[in-house]
Amino acid sequence: MRAGGGNDIQWCFSQVKGAVDDDVAEADIISTVEFNHSGELLATGDKGGRVVIFQQEQENKIQSHSRGEYNVYSTFQSHEPEFDYLKSLEIEEKINKIRWLPQKNAAQFLLSTNDKTIKLWKISERDKRPEGYNLKEEDGRYRDPTTVTTLRVPVFRPMDLMVEASPRRIFANAHTYHINSISINSDYETYLSADDLRINLWHLEITDRSFNIVDIKPANMEELTEVITAAEFHPNSCNTFVYSSSKGTIRLCDMRASALCDRHSKLFEEPEDPSNRSFFSEIISSISDVKFSHSGRYMMTRDYLSVKIWDLNMENRPVETYQVHEYLRSKLCSLYENDCIFDKFECCWNGSDSVVMTGSYNNFFRMFDRNTKRDITLEASRENNKPRTVLKPRKVCASGKRKKDEISVDSLDFNKKILHTAWHPKENIIAVATTNNLYIFQDKVN
Amino acid sequence: VAGGPECDVCYWLVEDTQEKEGILPERAEEAKLKAKYPSLGQKPGGSDFLMKRLQKGQKYFDSGDYNMAKAKMKNKQLPSAGPDKSLVTGDHIPTPQDLPQRKSSLVTSKLAGGQVE
Repeated sequence: MRAGGGNDIQWCFSQVKGAVDDDVAEADIISTVEFNHSGELLATGDKGGRVVIFQQEQENKIQSHSRGEYNVYSTFQSHEPEFDYLKSLEIEEKINKIRWLPQKNAAQFLLSTNDKTIKLWKISERDKRPEGYNLKEEDGRYRDPTTVTTLRVPVFRPMDLMVEASPRRIFANAHTYHINSISINSDYETYLSADDLRINLWHLEITDRSFNIVDIKPANMEELTEVITAAEFHPNSCNTFVYSSSKGTIRLCDMRASALCDRHSKLFEEPEDPSNRSFFSEIISSISDVKFSHSGRYMMTRDYLSVKIWDLNMENRPVETYQVHEYLRSKLCSLYENDCIFDKFECCWNGSDSVVMTGSYNNFFRMFDRNTKRDITLEASRENNKPRTVLKPRKVCASGKRKKDEISVDSLDFNKKILHTAWHPKENIIAVATTNNLYIFQDKVN
Repeated sequence: VAGGPECDVCYWLVEDTQEKEGILPERAEEAKLKAKYPSLGQKPGGSDFLMKRLQKGQKYFDSGDYNMAKAKMKNKQLPSAGPDKSLVTGDHIPTPQDLPQRKSSLVTSKLAGGQVE
């Protein structure tokens, strides 16, 4: 792991994928981004139900000033739009989450989910094909057996690499509400899926059964006060998982305690000063993402205006809080009117858990170095797309006189949101998704 | 839940937006919102946001409603869909022609096709 924190790193543009034109087709809106466990593969999902997987090229030994580029490896239609006639419910094909399984053999496996159905996909390579059949021509037509006078043994011959994706399992009909999270257990045998009110536990081999482990649906729906917003398994303890709520709380549950984990083992909540409460308090406290650190000692939550780091041993307040875009606090009225206040930003850790990253508006994204306490704002824009040019830090001017190179809050484009970012598990390579483009940035290699 | 019995009454007073000193920016924003939408937050029962969130995707009518309305209006013309096709039930009776085609994307993602830098 290269030394240095978020600000000692000089981030450079590496690649951008996607259409150049501003007219964005709905299907092209990127809805999830995820590196696999080695970082060699990078998957994206979009609103059109498609998955695109990029593979990092082997490092070019001659051109050692840059790491391998990410090029398209495989692409497939994961989910299709559906209609539930019984409930008059339209089921979007949008991919909400992708999670990779650790690699066990030559093939790669990932889970992808839309609002209702989770699918296990196998991505495998084929670089040879059988030739020399006795009863079939090379083009597949059957030969007349009476014309066969000699026998030969078919052999495998090399062919151009073909990458095939096939659905191996379909986990359906277990969620009444909309799935927001999937998380693979450290036992690599089970995984959880969470919707607004329930969390289910699945076995990767079994599609016709799943166990409900959390159910927060009230007997009377009028008493509903909070929903589940995200859930994740602990990276090391296979019995532990957390789920976050729209009220800004995180509950840690231990599956050894009982079959139904409605009673939490730990409740993480920062006390609020009642005199600070406003109409917006609950909305902006809603947690949009929760992620364990790689070490498993900490977890990070993202709410509308901040990122918080929690020590699992301390429930009553986070150990660190980072303001993402505090200047928006005086814009909450208009952000409520244009629905931006409900945007769900994700967050991620770097491989050594020393830096965290999250997105913002105007195609800005933010990094916070936990050691140096410094932060930086960068922009994903095609204007900066000369490879190996160091990105210039951005600054938003909250009020008063705007300095040169600063951008005022009122000039921010709230349609340009970075909701999804991912950090390579080992290297300083990040993937940042704007509405319909995927940017890859790397640290400057000398 | 905002607006419920546990909130202080003073939250809902419309403050003079010029007197911003000492007032949290959040409260000033709340006052702005309240001035625009006076009825906001006063509905009893569960949170509106949550219910809306849970019902996402529910677009179409109950076929029972549809048939009953059709029977009632046997001799009249069905009202055609207005510009807002996302209206749920009520006076708007969607016809099969109004429903948008639900086709999956057959086109390859532009991330896989487009220019590589």
